[in-house]
Amino acid sequence: MSSVFEYAPAPESRSIVTIAPSYGLFIDGAFVDGTGESFTTVNPATEEVLSEVSAASDADVDRAVAAARRAFTRVWGPMRPADRGKYLFRIARLLQERAREFAVLESLDNGKPIRESRDVDVPLAAAHFFYYAGWADKLEHVGLGTAPRPLGVAGQVIPWNFPLLMLAWKVAPALAAGNTVVLKPAETTPLTALLFAEVCQQADLPAGVVNIVTGAGDTGRAVVEHGDVDKVAFTGSTEVGKSIARAVAGTSKKLTLELGGKAANIVFDDAPIDQAVEGIVQGIFFNQGHVCCAGSRLLVQESIHDEVIASLQRRIGTLRVGDPLDKNTDVGAINSAEQLARIRELSDIGEAEGAQRWQPACELPAKGYWFPPTVFTDVSPAHRIARDEVFGPVLSVLTFRTPDEAVAKANNTTYGLSAGIWSEKGSRILQIANQLRAGVVWANTFNKFDPTSPFGGYKQSGYGREGGRHGLAAYLTGADSK
Amino acid sequence: MTHVLDPDALPGATPTVHAPLPPYDDVTRSDAAFRSFLHGLPGVDQVGAEARAAQLGTRSIKTTSKAWAIDTAISMVDLTTLEGADTPGKVRSLAAKAKQPDPSDPTTPRVAAVCVYGDLAGVAKDALEGTGIHVAAVATAFPSGRASRAVKIADVRDAVENGADEIDMVIDRGAFLTGRYLDVYEEIVAVKEACSRTDGGAPAHLKVILETGELKTLDNVRRASWIAMLAGGDFIKTSTGKVTPAATLPVGLVMLEAVRDFRIATGRQIGFKPAGGIKTTKDAVKHLVMINETVGADWLDPDWFRFGASSLLNDLLQQRQKLRTGHYSGPDHVTVD
Amino acid sequence: MIGNDRLAVRKTYKLYLNGAFPRSESGRTYEVTDAKGHFRGNVAWASRKDARDAVVAARGAFAKWSGATAYNRGQVLYRVAEVMEGRHVQFCDEVAHAEGLSTSKARAAVDAAIDRWVWYAGWTDKLAAVLGGSNPVAGPYFDFSTPEPSGVVAVLAPQQSSLLGLVSVLAPVLATGNTAVVVTSRERPIPAVTLAEVLATSDVPGGVVNLLTGNAEELGPWLAEHADVDGIDLTGAPAGRAMEFEREAAGTIKRVVRPPATEPDWTADPGLTRMTPFLETKTVWHPMGV
Repeated sequence: MSSVFEYAPAPESRSIVTIAPSYGLFIDGAFVDGTGESFTTVNPATEEVLSEVSAASDADVDRAVAAARRAFTRVWGPMRPADRGKYLFRIARLLQERAREFAVLESLDNGKPIRESRDVDVPLAAAHFFYYAGWADKLEHVGLGTAPRPLGVAGQVIPWNFPLLMLAWKVAPALAAGNTVVLKPAETTPLTALLFAEVCQQADLPAGVVNIVTGAGDTGRAVVEHGDVDKVAFTGSTEVGKSIARAVAGTSKKLTLELGGKAANIVFDDAPIDQAVEGIVQGIFFNQGHVCCAGSRLLVQESIHDEVIASLQRRIGTLRVGDPLDKNTDVGAINSAEQLARIRELSDIGEAEGAQRWQPACELPAKGYWFPPTVFTDVSPAHRIARDEVFGPVLSVLTFRTPDEAVAKANNTTYGLSAGIWSEKGSRILQIANQLRAGVVWANTFNKFDPTSPFGGYKQSGYGREGGRHGLAAYLTGADSK
Repeated sequence: MTHVLDPDALPGATPTVHAPLPPYDDVTRSDAAFRSFLHGLPGVDQVGAEARAAQLGTRSIKTTSKAWAIDTAISMVDLTTLEGADTPGKVRSLAAKAKQPDPSDPTTPRVAAVCVYGDLAGVAKDALEGTGIHVAAVATAFPSGRASRAVKIADVRDAVENGADEIDMVIDRGAFLTGRYLDVYEEIVAVKEACSRTDGGAPAHLKVILETGELKTLDNVRRASWIAMLAGGDFIKTSTGKVTPAATLPVGLVMLEAVRDFRIATGRQIGFKPAGGIKTTKDAVKHLVMINETVGADWLDPDWFRFGASSLLNDLLQQRQKLRTGHYSGPDHVTVD
Repeated sequence: MIGNDRLAVRKTYKLYLNGAFPRSESGRTYEVTDAKGHFRGNVAWASRKDARDAVVAARGAFAKWSGATAYNRGQVLYRVAEVMEGRHVQFCDEVAHAEGLSTSKARAAVDAAIDRWVWYAGWTDKLAAVLGGSNPVAGPYFDFSTPEPSGVVAVLAPQQSSLLGLVSVLAPVLATGNTAVVVTSRERPIPAVTLAEVLATSDVPGGVVNLLTGNAEELGPWLAEHADVDGIDLTGAPAGRAMEFEREAAGTIKRVVRPPATEPDWTADPGLTRMTPFLETKTVWHPMGV
């Protein structure tokens, strides 16, 4: 938009982070070499190899689960609940102390803008530990009877879109409830989990309470299917979620799934338009749209369609796409070549199906994985870009005429994770929120998260909740638990 | 309509009400029509607006961009003194500072204007003769605006006659808050008329101060902005500087959205002036960023954007010295006004 | 039933589907005997198409039932207890025959079944307070969570406990606002058919409960795989088939209640265990500003 006021590069310094040339697994309190074939993790913004990481074989996973079991029965389970809480408080503080380091590393490994890793991912991760730390000695008030018990060893598999934050969502409640964990970070983003292992060491967390096994799908499968795992928690694609649900069928493992989404963001004609436009932008371009709850379907009332689209395009024109470490970057790199290919494929299909593609004039770096912010108009509910989760910075715009039609279109999906409503009319908001089949409804805001606030989906977006008192129930059993 | 506090202010049965620019030329046809127009503007969600303003405030402006931003900001300052204790000497001293903000560096740009009370506009005019620096005068019973319309108009005429190039008026917040929007509108129209010169010279530019700290809600800020723009104001300005809070970023954001939308609809560009509370270079840069990303480069010009400030200038100068010399400056290295 | 000197009028045992009592579309019936092997009747043998129709009926009834006020749902469930009470003798007789119980044990089971409706009737308007609440997020937002029903729930009812077991798995599904497709005990379906008659006359809207007499082994896979079923209770799944049904349910991420190793003591206090599996938590955020 502007040519007279260019922002000079404002890169966050990398020097705060030391990345080792190679990493092992974190098992029983120590870093050990894995026996699987190691793999590299790259900076998606530059394709530079950041480090070589061990892949955990079945035998390594076995060792990790055994360590977790030992820690559960000998140390963490019998520990005074208040002391478990203190360890978690320590971890929360350590994350705050080393926040900048985590933020830089997250942006390097994931490709997300430093503004987001610094202002969202890392502070929220610390907040989750702080929140659940306080629960550790109050479990009798969770609502599962007077003597709820931990489940044992939790196997946790997390995605690449919010590597540290998803770790916090998984590890904090599990530990607060008295479980021990074996966590597998995503193959493309293992580094902050490994730095977290260092934090566990600094906190003097007893060996085996947290074990981190890096690797790809096979490692994840070994964790999920391990016979001595009592609880499985997974965040990722619906497809993998289904295979996990199949794998644990017939066992006594408790399962929570946080899967995909195709959220409707509904804008009524009485919306606060400028904030709605911000919310649309925040809804779909936050974290490059690599967000399961992204507002990827804009449902705009027909009477204001042109006005909203014009405002939206003007606003998207100000988004700064580029170096994730630049403090002024709004949209960073796509996390992997594979994901970029999928975004391209679905976008091409959208165009082929007759939707209109719009992208702002924006220069993309020559190296790395990049996709510009994209808006498809003239999208019909039958188009694949209106149904499939793109998991990228791609917005599909549909219209509606009446509140009933908005709700019908919003609910016309197999997903049910989140939704947005924009209107200045309170009674309408409450009614629409009531009718939407989605686990999180943001009214006049979008993509807000908090450790006290339960998060999770309806329908094929998964089951179980993370956050709040509800998030603990997934890691406890009591007279009243399922 | 008659002015409630001053029934005699507008003689004659039918006051002349100038119609706003198309497509809004019929919205002031009645109190009811004007009210429904203003209340039909999109609402402002306070939390969302504050979040957006805060996000813009996190932009990191460094090196060459910072140097550009500092010089641009200096050139946009309405260097202001609005004290009961103001004297011709104080005004001349301020004018000297406006001409040469940093005696140690003649490459420092001049400010845009000197802003004073109307009775001292002549002093400022003489002191700034030939510099191109404008004289702005506050009028209309500034800062409260609590006087009869006749008095306010006389105040404006006096300032214009004293040589003010720009008039900074205050709206009637009492009328606004009781819903008499057409009164507010008509008064601005009347002041605008009073900005014309008897000698046929270019009329004084009119800046309309909303005093957003008294309007309280961002919905009110948006409505008041539209009243001022429809009534022919050349600039909309946040505050008198005498009420806190004054020029906050969320208020600025909403006013910028208003001037943006007004130009899209009518083709007429309106300027924006935040005033009061902007004391640091950091504050000023945040405003420039907000302009850049809300309305764009067309407004990054002293003709369309001003800072109403006094202490801001010295901070800009110290930061400028720091960029030039590479070390931090101190208050004794800039001049006391 | 042969009574004194009068020839009794026997009942045709049919399905309960969308508020009506049709025969199976397949035309099939199967013979049901009492615990001693005496003929009790030919009962409708539900087919997969009946199950399909039942899901359509349950889906159709969902909006109204889940949208009813909690107070209203509570009154409807209490009404079920009231109407059951009037058929106490009949239920005792049927349960005694079906399960081979003594009169006193049958009565205890019927009493407990009726009381269970009363217990769940009282839950409808407490769940939101117990399972929901407002969340003190770190920002200017009002944020609250409420429990909401998952949708259409398929229930494979217990095979042993023909009435108390059935009520114990059905009532929580209804109390939480879900609608149900129930496959009754295969061997002991007659109390379920009578319960259907109670439901049909107790203000429970048609389609909210659909009772299919027949074989869980046959219908289980269809319900487990059905894309418009949101949850499945496998309590009455035939031995050895539950894992397979759970796998099939995974294909659409259904909420699953696994079967216990053996049929539990249905008189025990169930707590929330049978309600929470078919409840979603919805969290709503809204800014607070002026």
